[in-house]
Amino acid sequence: MNSILFVVLLPVLGSFIVGIFGKWIKKSLIGIIACCSVGISFLISAFLFIKIINLPVNLRFFDKVFFQWVPVGHFLVNFGFYIDPLSILMILIVTGVSFVIHLYSIGYMKEEEHFSRYFSYLNLFVASMLLLVLADNFLLLFMGWEAVGLCSYLLIGFWFHKKSAADAGRKAFIVNRIGDFGFLLGILLIYHTFKSLNYSAVFSQAPLILKHDNGVATAITLLLFMGAVGKSAQIPLYVWLPDAMEGPTPVSALIHAATMVTAGVYMIARTHILYQFAPISMEMVAFVGIITAFYAASIGTVQFDIKRIIAYSTISQLGYMFLGVGVAAYSAGIFHLMTHAFFKALLFLCAGSIMHACSGETDLRKLSGLRKYLPVTFWTMVIGALSLSGFPGTAGFFSKDDILAHAYMAPYYGKFLWGLGIITAALTSFYIFRIIFIVFRGDKQQGNHPHESPKIMTVPLIILAILAIIGGYVGLPELNFIHRFLSPVFLKTSALSSSIELKTMLVSFIFSLGGIATAWYFYIVNPSLPGIIKKNVAGLYRLLLNKYFVDEVYERIFVLPGKKIASFFSDVFDTKYIDGAVNETGKWIKINSEQWKKIQTGYLRDYVLIILIGGIILLGFFITKIH
Amino acid sequence: MINNIPILSIIVFLPLLGAVLVSFIPGNKYSLIKSVSFLFSFITFLLSVFLFFVFKPSVGTFQFMQTIPWIKSIGANYSIGIDGISLFLIMLTTFLTSIAIVYSFHSIDSKLKEFMIFMLFLNTTMLGVFVSLDLLLFYLFWEAMLIPMYFLIGIWGGERRIYAAIKFFLYTMVGSVLMLAAILFIYFIHKKATGISTFDLQSLISYSTAHIPFKTKLFLFLAFALAFAIKVPIFPFHTWLPDAYTEAPIPVNLLLSGVLVKMGVYGFLRFAIPLFPEIAHNFFYPIGILAVIGIIYGAFIAYVQKDMKKLIAYSSFSQVGFIILGIFSFTNTGMTGGVLQMINHGISISALFLLVGMLQQRTGKRGINDFGGLSGSMPVFSAFLLISILSSIGLPGLNGFVGEFLILLGVFKVNIALTAIASTGIILSAIYMLWMFQKTSQGTSANENIKKIPDLSLKEILILVPMILIMFWIGLYPKPFLSRIEPSVKNLINTTTPGQFTTSVEPSFLLIHK
Repeated sequence: MNSILFVVLLPVLGSFIVGIFGKWIKKSLIGIIACCSVGISFLISAFLFIKIINLPVNLRFFDKVFFQWVPVGHFLVNFGFYIDPLSILMILIVTGVSFVIHLYSIGYMKEEEHFSRYFSYLNLFVASMLLLVLADNFLLLFMGWEAVGLCSYLLIGFWFHKKSAADAGRKAFIVNRIGDFGFLLGILLIYHTFKSLNYSAVFSQAPLILKHDNGVATAITLLLFMGAVGKSAQIPLYVWLPDAMEGPTPVSALIHAATMVTAGVYMIARTHILYQFAPISMEMVAFVGIITAFYAASIGTVQFDIKRIIAYSTISQLGYMFLGVGVAAYSAGIFHLMTHAFFKALLFLCAGSIMHACSGETDLRKLSGLRKYLPVTFWTMVIGALSLSGFPGTAGFFSKDDILAHAYMAPYYGKFLWGLGIITAALTSFYIFRIIFIVFRGDKQQGNHPHESPKIMTVPLIILAILAIIGGYVGLPELNFIHRFLSPVFLKTSALSSSIELKTMLVSFIFSLGGIATAWYFYIVNPSLPGIIKKNVAGLYRLLLNKYFVDEVYERIFVLPGKKIASFFSDVFDTKYIDGAVNETGKWIKINSEQWKKIQTGYLRDYVLIILIGGIILLGFFITKIH
Repeated sequence: MINNIPILSIIVFLPLLGAVLVSFIPGNKYSLIKSVSFLFSFITFLLSVFLFFVFKPSVGTFQFMQTIPWIKSIGANYSIGIDGISLFLIMLTTFLTSIAIVYSFHSIDSKLKEFMIFMLFLNTTMLGVFVSLDLLLFYLFWEAMLIPMYFLIGIWGGERRIYAAIKFFLYTMVGSVLMLAAILFIYFIHKKATGISTFDLQSLISYSTAHIPFKTKLFLFLAFALAFAIKVPIFPFHTWLPDAYTEAPIPVNLLLSGVLVKMGVYGFLRFAIPLFPEIAHNFFYPIGILAVIGIIYGAFIAYVQKDMKKLIAYSSFSQVGFIILGIFSFTNTGMTGGVLQMINHGISISALFLLVGMLQQRTGKRGINDFGGLSGSMPVFSAFLLISILSSIGLPGLNGFVGEFLILLGVFKVNIALTAIASTGIILSAIYMLWMFQKTSQGTSANENIKKIPDLSLKEILILVPMILIMFWIGLYPKPFLSRIEPSVKNLINTTTPGQFTTSVEPSFLLIHK
């Protein structure tokens, strides 16, 4: 288990080598170094995975401490890794998907001037994400948590010359910090409650301490959830993710779809023992999840930018995952996290391939008829879209329905959660097939000379497409490998009745098929229809197109008043009042001394007079004292 | 063996010796002036590193003590010693002085000789403050420090240097005069009660905690607190800071923001709190609230600054709020975090000032709107700038986070609401710092010259690299620091917790002198 350190160290090393010496290394070698560091990391993870599987179920937990990180008296936080089925599965997903995307990046970023900087950030990201997943305590988790945020910031603003990219990066960092503010307070409260930040210590004490104090459990979990809402782009802190598409597309695939944004889901699954003592928080998680899922999907139906549509789709799918962990279906949530990593990374990389073919174009109105020119991209994207829509037989089908079936059984408003989830499924298949139909069907637009991407990009697409199908079979209802593998971590998971499972599968299949059919009817059969609908519900359309005006509202409520307060403090309060008071004191003393100065006449007679008066007063004083 | 060498005295007075030597060198022999001043500051630094290794970590009380009668008639002694708190402040001082002196080789172009004399003299006075265990000696160093600082700002500063220097001088004086009055007051009532004339800190502490009435102590504490609050500064005594920081030359900025600010905090730790512990404990709310106001208020103001130096100045003001908050939490973690944060703050803020200085030297400008896209023309500069920014906004893995987290952990124990409000500082600092980064290093600049600025030279990189390494070191492995700070903090807490003064102070004090 010592080799776990190398899983994290290799990408760190890769990042440093490429980052510092990149100027002097050939591009091809940079690609090899970056890919190898992640690839070997993946191999070690796979090796550890096999090792763990061969162990008896109750021996699959390790806490590997490397050194004391922050020791102050009784307070101690170690630098240590926690290895269990959950973290092993996560590092497999992270390193696996990362490796594929690293490969793809070599082709996609070939012309990039700052090739080495790109790979340095990307490697650093992988290391940070692994740290987040492997940490054995909350503080180290937080370090990974903020570090992935930093990498996200760096990569969104990768093309720093563009103001929009720089703005988007900053926005992402700051919005995430708002979430992290809550997360940090949550960590403080955890220490205050349990006198430790170590997972094992906290979780083992949780039943004893939290049983009697529901309020603390609720407070802790809600604060942690605030962090998750920021990182995983849920309402109300999702606003950074659509803008994050300013970054290179492989980054969107890796960080803003497959891995980093799922950290919130992982965190809740990891701390589910605390959540179980806070039913209010669970409800909150489930509701925020399902509402975000529906809300983001509704925006996705009318946007024109492919990457943004997929970004809203990511927000929506993350909502499903939160719904899953919110109804205590932890392994279902993690299962969907995994399948989503495959098909969403695939969809983004396909979008990248389209951009690669059409000189960076992402506007749906300017793309069409690409099927003939990009056959691999077309077929793989269709697979990704089917998987996202939850089409039977694909990965998304198993994982999404798993969540919805659990939602149905939830103690609170189960049917509502389930129903909204089903409707969202219909919207999902509509918006994704809208892209497919518009981009690939019809005639090619003039002026474009589309060409299929090179092998280094299409092979990753094919790998991910295969995973987007077979990835679901680990969660096949009867065999259910993934649930059995994760079950030692999540002791209490409610059992599903197979009738509900069947019902969910059937209904969600019908709805998603309906979504696809609608998209087909709108964009193939009767292309004038969308225009007519637009006119009839112009208000709703504008609301959706402008993303419910949330960015504008935030600007009005937070950003502008903040600037005004800052200017007031700076230009008025500090200069006029506080510093004014200081300077006025100085002036006052000066003016007064001007007056007192007049006493100093310089004439001897005046001084003698004053001495005389002083002497008399003193004399009088002593005389009265004697009496 | 080490006990026989007065290593502390050597460290304190070596720079002064250097200053004297430099004064004998003709003013036009630049390279000789440079090498002598650097040599003295650097040897002092090396000695302080040596001090780090011979320092016994687990001892919470004073080490390397040395007492020589100084002015016998009034009982003042030359009495010095350090604990884990002052150890790192000494190292910080010697480190930053060496860096400042190296940096001034290129940035100071007039009256180099005088500049170096003042810098070395300043170094001695700062070190003196951190080692003094005699109130009069402490006051002497505290005041003496103003002299070189006044000239350093007033002669080598920017356009409004005279205004800034006088303001800095007078403002600080107002506070210290009251402190002097308080020192004399304690001295005389102690003399009256015991017949012994002494300025010895430990004797006065044991007398003050046991015998001075509460009300009197309250006023005495306020006198000390004002002097230190101005120096830190604590809101609303901060307005000298933006002026002084903006006008001072960069090497002086390092010492001003890196060390001088810490003298205020140190004053609380070493003098105000031990002398009047129960008063200090009662001041958690007044001072804590002011500190939190400072954190938020400073952050807001920083956000709208156009001058990078001013932005950093206000950010510095905002961040010292955390330090004060940690100190006044009177918890082990909070205070240890506060002390560690003094070092962190010293390192990150100095790095930021150096970077601004390097830009200013190249272009003569330092407004955030004067630049843009520096990541393209100056990638190394931008990388260093970003790391320093991240360190100062408390990104985990870098130094600032460890300090801030420990502080918040300590304050949380005392008051949750105040912790929550203070924590918004982590959002605000990200807002203004990343704004500065975007305006300078991202985007593009309309000015063609900006696109052609040369990146950092090897020399400049070598100046910055040690600071960057320290940021990572403290962020990833702070144990060597914490294990030396914590015992002293613990000792401080034990001796100043209400109900324990009379019993625990005197025995430990007696032990040391045996």
